[in-house]
Amino acid sequence: MDIFSFLVQTLNAVQYGLLLFLVASGLTLVFGIMGIINLAHGSFYMAGAYLAFGLTSATGNLLWAIVLGVPLAMAIGAALEALLFVHLYKRDHLEQVLLTYGLILIFEELRSILVGDDVHGVPMPDFLAGSIPLDDTLSYPVYRLAISVVCVGLAIGLYFLIQRTRLGMMIRAGSHDRDMVQSLGINIKLIYRVVFALGVVMAALGGMLAAPISSVAPNMGGQVLILSFVVVVVGGIGSVWGALIGALLIGFADTFGKVILPDFAGVMVYLVMAAVLLWRPEGLLGKG
Amino acid sequence: MEKTINRLTGLLAGAALLGLVTPAAHAADTLKVGLMLPATGTYAKLGNAITNGFKLYVDENGGKIGGVAVEYAVVDDESDPAKATENANKLVKRDEVDVLVGTVHSGVAMAMAKVARGTKTLMIVPNAGADELTGPLCAPNIFRTSFTNWQPSYAMGPVLLDKGVKKVVTLTWKYSAGLQAIEGFKESFTAGGGEIVKELTLPFPNTEFQPYLTEIASLKPDAVFVFFAGGGAVKLAKDYAAAGLKDSIPLYGSGFLTDGTLDAMGGAGEGLQTTLHYADGLDNAKDKAFRAGYQKAYGMAPDVYAVQGYDAAQLLAAGLSAVSGKVDDRKGMIAAMEAAQIDSPRGTFSMSAAHNPVQDIYLREGKGSANPVVSVAAKALADPARGCRMK
Repeated sequence: MDIFSFLVQTLNAVQYGLLLFLVASGLTLVFGIMGIINLAHGSFYMAGAYLAFGLTSATGNLLWAIVLGVPLAMAIGAALEALLFVHLYKRDHLEQVLLTYGLILIFEELRSILVGDDVHGVPMPDFLAGSIPLDDTLSYPVYRLAISVVCVGLAIGLYFLIQRTRLGMMIRAGSHDRDMVQSLGINIKLIYRVVFALGVVMAALGGMLAAPISSVAPNMGGQVLILSFVVVVVGGIGSVWGALIGALLIGFADTFGKVILPDFAGVMVYLVMAAVLLWRPEGLLGKG
Repeated sequence: MEKTINRLTGLLAGAALLGLVTPAAHAADTLKVGLMLPATGTYAKLGNAITNGFKLYVDENGGKIGGVAVEYAVVDDESDPAKATENANKLVKRDEVDVLVGTVHSGVAMAMAKVARGTKTLMIVPNAGADELTGPLCAPNIFRTSFTNWQPSYAMGPVLLDKGVKKVVTLTWKYSAGLQAIEGFKESFTAGGGEIVKELTLPFPNTEFQPYLTEIASLKPDAVFVFFAGGGAVKLAKDYAAAGLKDSIPLYGSGFLTDGTLDAMGGAGEGLQTTLHYADGLDNAKDKAFRAGYQKAYGMAPDVYAVQGYDAAQLLAAGLSAVSGKVDDRKGMIAAMEAAQIDSPRGTFSMSAAHNPVQDIYLREGKGSANPVVSVAAKALADPARGCRMK
């Protein structure tokens, strides 16, 4: 591999890793702070992509679709929390898995009834549609670079929210001792609702941003869900920074696995996960 | 539960013997067709198209196939290989169907074929392209009206050689359909002096193509040949165009790349050339009549899957007419089906010794949301049916 290819592949890896982070961050928040295993997280990713498809068709522009879609996703998240997830906090993981797996089936069926089983495409905004030529054959799509910038921005924003704001302090406190926080007069139920809605928004936003470079298709959430869990486990459950490092690590493992060891591309990601867990069973930034 | 049902059937059988129940319609003068196709899941649309095509032929002929009234038994196979044997057995043993028609998913179809072989039930495969079905698994009672994965790709080799293409990189998912398709292409392309520079595969259903596109750009082949379908096909075409490769290194594929996916690809599918046993704008009267009839019956344009379903009914009709509707004359039916010339919307085809269509493969080019025919890439192409003992 020459230096040029290496640099382009590095760019591929970072860009893929950042997109993974966007989806996995919501999962790690909900998992780490609320203790909920949410298998339906991939479905929120799919819902985001379909929202982008529907709203872009209606408004004619992906940016409007995102502006409208984010509050919608937040409302869906808050409603789901209020109706279903609120009953799960005191239950064990098996019951959480049962409910959230059921949600996957319901979301897929709803999608089939509302939009059908066809594959769709979403046009990207015109000003991001170009490509930057890297050499005479290869160019890099501007949209992919834009996604990376947005993801970095969101990562910083999320870090700031959790580490530097009052709400973030309450969220962190709530993850340590729910009862104590409540007895201090903080409305923990509301905080959980906000965290869950935030998680749904991150997943849906991931779906919306990925929609133009991906295809909007049935069962598109499944693969993302598995990779997100890998990222969360590698990074350490509940750690947003861990999710970022984990996502980048998985991005590199997947990209360079495909190039250097093509026959083992399918297991590369899981080998990295196994190696990390052997070294640090709690994940890279997890608290043991 | 099982016991109750058995007791119930026993009671019913007793009642029937006593003449209390009118015997079910399944007498010698009906043909019971077991449709085992996906009605839910990713392949639901394909299953519907096949069912529509099959029923269109039956309806055109007054509810009959080869002069025999048709009765259906339907099972949703959910494209789940784990349930395939049980589902096929339900149709064969409980519903006592005369013929099994199915299915889309190759894994399910192979399980069905094993049931059909074991019970000697007549079976027609209206889609699944696994080479094995008319290869190692071939049997006198198993027919196929679609294609083998090998067929469309094999036809692409000479097309590229004619264009002066010497070096090709291939890309597909690492699963049997993709690998078989790439093998077919490789066989004809290298036999004609072409070189496969690199065979790239990615795990199914992974769609992160970027690393492969970077590699293709650095290998600089004359062309790229791929096998993808559905959402993966859409993403590949878009990524390929966005990476600026579409203009410098032309992309070719087996026809499923652009079937039903062109709308979602946006402009990225425009001009993509693929090979398949069906195309838009074929110049034959049968196709025009079929398209008009399908449009009228279902309010939408037919696709290659509908054609395959229609032809499954046509093949049965050829068999049944030859034995003047005697469903029990299996030997006669099979002999007639083997000898049949099917006047298909895709053009006339016959059956190979392994019971797979010997058919023309068309070169098509993506235009808008259609795949109009460019030329005939291979005339009367037969699958080599490797491993089949009926040859």
